[in-house]
Amino acid sequence: MADVVLSGVSKSFGSGKAQIDALKDINLEIPDGSFVVLLGPTGAGKTTTLRLIAGLDKADSGDISIGGQSVIETTPAQRNVAMVFQQYSLYPHLSVRDNLAFPLKSPILRTSKSEITERVTQVAEVLQISEKLDNKATELSGGEMQRVSIGRALVRSPSIFLMDEPLSSLDAKLRSELRLQLKRLQADLGATFLYVTHDQIEAMTMATHVGVLDEGKLVQFGTPREIYENPNSVYVASRLGLPRINTVPANLVNTAPDNAATIGLRPEHILVNPTSDASRMEARVNRIESLGDQTRLHLTVADQTVVTLIDPHTGLNKGDAVNISLRDPLFFDNHGARIR
Amino acid sequence: MSYSITEPSSRQKTLAAFLVITYAVITLVPLLWVFMTGFKTPPDSISYPPKIFSEPSLEGYVNLFTTRTRVTPERLAELPPPANFAEEIVRDRNMVIAGKSKYGERFLNSVIIGFGSTFLSIFLGTLAAYAFSRFNIPLKDDLLFFILSTRMMPPIAVAIPIFLMYRKLGLSDTHLGMILLYTAVNISLAVWLLKGFIDEIPKEYEEAALIDGYTRFQAFYKVVLPQAATGIASTAIFCLIFAWNEYAFAVLLTSGTAQTAPPFIPTIIGVGGLDWPAMAAGATLFLLPVLIFTVMLRKHLLRGITFGAVRK
Repeated sequence: MADVVLSGVSKSFGSGKAQIDALKDINLEIPDGSFVVLLGPTGAGKTTTLRLIAGLDKADSGDISIGGQSVIETTPAQRNVAMVFQQYSLYPHLSVRDNLAFPLKSPILRTSKSEITERVTQVAEVLQISEKLDNKATELSGGEMQRVSIGRALVRSPSIFLMDEPLSSLDAKLRSELRLQLKRLQADLGATFLYVTHDQIEAMTMATHVGVLDEGKLVQFGTPREIYENPNSVYVASRLGLPRINTVPANLVNTAPDNAATIGLRPEHILVNPTSDASRMEARVNRIESLGDQTRLHLTVADQTVVTLIDPHTGLNKGDAVNISLRDPLFFDNHGARIR
Repeated sequence: MSYSITEPSSRQKTLAAFLVITYAVITLVPLLWVFMTGFKTPPDSISYPPKIFSEPSLEGYVNLFTTRTRVTPERLAELPPPANFAEEIVRDRNMVIAGKSKYGERFLNSVIIGFGSTFLSIFLGTLAAYAFSRFNIPLKDDLLFFILSTRMMPPIAVAIPIFLMYRKLGLSDTHLGMILLYTAVNISLAVWLLKGFIDEIPKEYEEAALIDGYTRFQAFYKVVLPQAATGIASTAIFCLIFAWNEYAFAVLLTSGTAQTAPPFIPTIIGVGGLDWPAMAAGATLFLLPVLIFTVMLRKHLLRGITFGAVRK
C-alpha cells in the first residue's frame, strides 16, 4: 500500500491534426488507504489515467510516483499494481482457478503452492464463485467473469488497485452487493483504490475522494460531500445528484449576484409550498413521476422546467399551482464557474 | 449481425451432394489408382487392357526399398533358401537383393527439410506477426506489402539466380539450404496468416498479464501463444504441404545428400524399364506424413479456415 502521486502528467494520442490531448497537466494525489473515484464522461481521460499509473501507456510529460518512488521508467510488473479492466479480462484458455492464480504465479511474486491455494479459495468465497473454480473462463456468465477478474486483482496485495468501471456490466442486484463488498474489502485491507465509474451511486457510497475530469483536466478533487455540496462549476455540479441539478437563468430571482448567468438548483434548494414567507415564486405542476424510491415533481417556473423531489404521499396533482422558494441556490457565471 | 437462412430444398441438397461427390471422385480416383498400382506386379501394372483388380503383391514395396541384380538360374539354384518374403519375391524374377535403395534416405531428407522449414517459418512468422500486430513499427504497411510481394511472382522465376547463389555459398544440395529456401517462400504466407490471427486476440489479455507481473515476452508466451494455437496449427499445415510437395527447386538444387523424395520417386528405374509399382509405392508412403499431420491438427484447421469470418 502506498501513496500514488501524479504531478504535471500530460498524455496525447495521435499526431498533427489528429492529435487528441487525453490528459492535460494532471496533478492528483491519492493518499494511502483512500478510495478515489474518477468521474467524467467518456473521453474525459479516466481510463488514460489508470493506464498511465499501471504503466500500460507512457506519459508524455510529468511524473508518477508510487510510495514516494518515481515509477515513470518502470514496467507494469515492477509497479506492483492490480487492474480490473472493463472487458476482455479473463484468460480464455485457463480455468477460473488458474486465472485467479495467474498473478500469484508470476516471476515477481513466485508464491508457494499452498499459499496460492489458500488465497484463491479465500477470494473465490468472498466473490461467491467457489463452485465455478474448475470451469473454463469462457463458460461463465458475464457477471461471473467480471467477479473473477476482480478476484484476480484481489488475490494480490498491490500498491494500488486500479478499477475501470468494474461493475458496469453487472445486473443491479449484483452491482449493489459487490459495491458493498469492495468497500468492505477496501476498509479491511486498508487498500488504496483508484476507481473509474459513470455510476454516481458508486461514487457517493464508496469514495473517500472524488476527482472530476473534464476533457483531460482534473477540475475538482475532494470528498464526495464537497463535490456534491460545493461544486466549483456547473460541470462538476452536474456530475453528482439525482435528479440532475437544474440550471435556470439567473434573472429568475432578484437575489442573484450581478455577474451570475445561471442558477443551479438541487432538490434541497427548492422548497415547495414553504411555510415561511420568503421570496415566493409561482409554479405549476407539470408531472409527478414515481420512481419507487423517489418521487419527482416536474414544475414550470416562468417558462423554465425544474425537477425536484417530493414526498411520495403528496396530494398534488398535475396542473396544480404551487409556491416555491429557493434556499441557498448555487450561482454560476457565464463561463460556468461558481460564484461564491 | 443477423442473417436469414432458408433451409435448402431437397432438390438443391441432392444437386449439392451430386456435385461434391463428383468432385471427390475426380480428385480421389488418381490417388486410388496410385495406391492400387503400388500393390500390383510390374507386368500387371502395364498390361493392356489395364487390369483394375489384380492379385495383390508387395513387389512394388520390396523394389522401392531395395536394389537388385539379375543372376543366372544356375546360380540361383545354388543359393540357400530365401531368408524372408522379400527375398522370395525377388528370386521369382531371377534376381537377388543387392542392397538398400536410397528411398529411406530421401524420405528422411523430406522429413528434415519439410518439418524444419515449417518450424522455422512458424517460429519467425509468429514473432514477426506479433510485432506487426502490436507495435508501432516505422513503415509498417510498406514492410508488410514488401513481405507479401515476395509471393507475387512464382518462386521458380528466381530459380537461376538462386541456383548460382547457392553454388557460390555452398548451400547447394544441403539440408540447411533447402530449409532456408522453403522458409523464405513460406514466411510471407506465415506472417500474413498469423498476423490475422493475432490481430483477433484482444491486446487487453497481454496488458492484464503485464500488470499481473509478467514481462512482455512471458505474456506473449503464456497468453498470446495458447490463443493463437489454432492459427499456428493451420498455418503450419499450409507451410508443410508446400515444403513437402515442392518439386522444381528440389530437382534443381538437390541431387545427393539433401535430395528430397519428390525428385527421387520418378527416377526409380527397375531392371529393364520403369518400375511403376515401386514408384506408386513410394508416392503412397510419401503421402502419409502430411496426412497424419493434417488429421492430427484437423480440428484446428477447420476452425482456422473459418477464423475471422465470424464476428461476435
